[in-house]
Amino acid sequence: MAVIALERRPAPSAVWRWATPPLAVLLTMLAGGAMFAALGQDPLIAIRTIFWDPLFAEQFASYARPQLLVKAGPLILIAIGLAMGFRAGVWNIGAEGQYIVGAICGAAAGLALYPADTRLILPLMALAGALGGWAWAMIPALLKTRFGTNEILVSLLLVYVAEQLVAAMALGPLRNPEGGGFPGSRNLARWESSANPELIAGTGMHWGVVTAFIAVIFAYVIFTRHLAGFQIRLMGEAPRAARFGGVRPGRLVILCFGVSGALAGLAGLFEVTGPAGQLNIDFGAGYGFTAIIVAFLGRLHPIGILLAGLLMALTYIGGELAQLMLGLPAAAIQAFQGMLLFFLLGVDVFTNYRLRLGRRRIA
Amino acid sequence: MLRRTFLASSALAVGFGTALGTAALAQDDPFKAGFIYVGPIGDGGWTYTHNEGRLALEEEFGDGIETVYQESVPEGADAIRAMTQMALSGADIIFATSFGYMDQVLEVAEQFPDVKFEHATGYKQADNVATYSARFYEGRAVQGHIAGSMTDTNIVGYIASYPIPEVIRGINSAYIHATKVNPDVEFRVVWVYTWFDPAKEADAATALIEQGADVILQHTDSTAPLAAAEAAGGVIGFGQASDMAAFKPSPRVSSILDVWGPYYIDRVQAVMDGTWESGDTWHGIGEGMVGIGEITDAVPDEVRQEALALKESIASGEYHPFTGPLNKQDGTPWLAEGETADDGTLLGMNFYVEGLTGDIPE
Repeated sequence: MAVIALERRPAPSAVWRWATPPLAVLLTMLAGGAMFAALGQDPLIAIRTIFWDPLFAEQFASYARPQLLVKAGPLILIAIGLAMGFRAGVWNIGAEGQYIVGAICGAAAGLALYPADTRLILPLMALAGALGGWAWAMIPALLKTRFGTNEILVSLLLVYVAEQLVAAMALGPLRNPEGGGFPGSRNLARWESSANPELIAGTGMHWGVVTAFIAVIFAYVIFTRHLAGFQIRLMGEAPRAARFGGVRPGRLVILCFGVSGALAGLAGLFEVTGPAGQLNIDFGAGYGFTAIIVAFLGRLHPIGILLAGLLMALTYIGGELAQLMLGLPAAAIQAFQGMLLFFLLGVDVFTNYRLRLGRRRIA
Repeated sequence: MLRRTFLASSALAVGFGTALGTAALAQDDPFKAGFIYVGPIGDGGWTYTHNEGRLALEEEFGDGIETVYQESVPEGADAIRAMTQMALSGADIIFATSFGYMDQVLEVAEQFPDVKFEHATGYKQADNVATYSARFYEGRAVQGHIAGSMTDTNIVGYIASYPIPEVIRGINSAYIHATKVNPDVEFRVVWVYTWFDPAKEADAATALIEQGADVILQHTDSTAPLAAAEAAGGVIGFGQASDMAAFKPSPRVSSILDVWGPYYIDRVQAVMDGTWESGDTWHGIGEGMVGIGEITDAVPDEVRQEALALKESIASGEYHPFTGPLNKQDGTPWLAEGETADDGTLLGMNFYVEGLTGDIPE
């Protein structure tokens, strides 16, 4: 009987490792195109609207291109931090919470000084934001190292605590006293001392995007050249060997959570002082969760994450454009984005397994 | 479906060409109206009714108008992009249909001085930004009357979304009119911090029912609370924003209807005529922006007649739902005998009236 069998590779295939993301994108376009066709849309036009128009259509590109950086910035910044942990087998699923708490702490630090007029306020807020994210990440990290709790569960559940916290802050201590009884902080993007504006007009570059790029470079150096990067990889791939090699797992957990928390906190702070402008009840927009997809789509590699973040941002912006121009329902766009992760995970099988066509021997 | 797919793909080549053509022609297109929705158009409530308004525009102006919309746009940075792309695509007027888009509307409006913006339920205007809302509290008065008359347990559950003046006004208005017919009535308010989340809304409804509520009022947009009321049995509720007629005659015994179509037609016509002006519109039952859906047979005839009479007196302007004597929750006097609330106080309302228990979240 002819069968298709999966055979485990002796070592993960390097070719497949890098071939899977483009393949997943291609499969997403095919399956997504079929879905758009089923919705009565021309699939080619739908795909073109999502992937091409934001970048090259004359009408939209000059606005959409910078927006790509605005949207990708926080994704990349968070994903870089997460990748460090994921490489070591340390699972911080709660970046969304660290992002929110970073924004709260940073905004609070700035608003405490309102209406002071000094350029030192934004850097101070950034510091407070990073510390806030770091502190929030320390909760699951310390609980894991001290009491052996599951860091996936604790970090995830703390996201919901953070969401309650930001609602309480937007309604209480950080509420704009001149806001007419409505929830939400002062608009930080419109207060000169705290504003995180576009640095070069028409590029979308703000301090958060700059920080994301710096993080990519640092991560590249650490992962490829530094002892810590080696220890992280060893810990992830061979925990026992790592222990014999003198790696202290507890320390690594604290390090990975600390770095990813601080980066997520920074991302939150730069978002609240820039594109979002205001700390409000719904401040968390899901960047922390989407960044998990970005980290894996980018193969936990800094350059990969940079590209994956931009691609993810493109599907958001192009997806919105498709809704607007073609009247596609929002749910179809979300399903389309979901397909991307689905196919990535599906095709990823070929990294570790090889497809074998043959006959099954009768035992 | 297979055939549709097949047809669609065989039309590919042609379609590609025409799409490029339309993009180039966008400038000469007829009038274009854009809508930003906070939920999906199938929410059956708030966004659904705004979308009905959009369809009313298409009906009225036919080929003279093109409408576009974007659903489930988060209230924040994403809304700026959604509106900017809409303006870039040639929209002449943009309706932003949720309170949380306020600062974003102003920001985009600054960039596109030639595009008119209409922001629902907000309070900040600009030269090209007008605000509009409906006096939903008038409908809440009728609802409160029915709720107070119908409850046996004397516990009315209230699913509140966000603690903003609009929602607080609704709670106060419903409570005032429930206690008028039933002094023993008690309101239990649950804050869910969402406009649309069927799972959360259902949880809230179930929790309220377990606490003994046999009437559920909602300021959220899905039909989930009505479904929970139906499942529990012996509990009634009301359609919110749209009629939610599928739950007639019970648990849905009546509804508050949002009727946006006429306003949208007026405003679009004004832009076309060049007479559009910024301003604030706040219409109620009298002007037809708020409607009361059919009161079903589940409500005794006597209560129905009273409720309709209350509706009529509000519509004619003879009665204001916030008429003194009324005290604030802490007992301080608010309105003296016969005094009615001014719009300014109502628009910024951040206090409960006397008798309501619990605190507004801070």
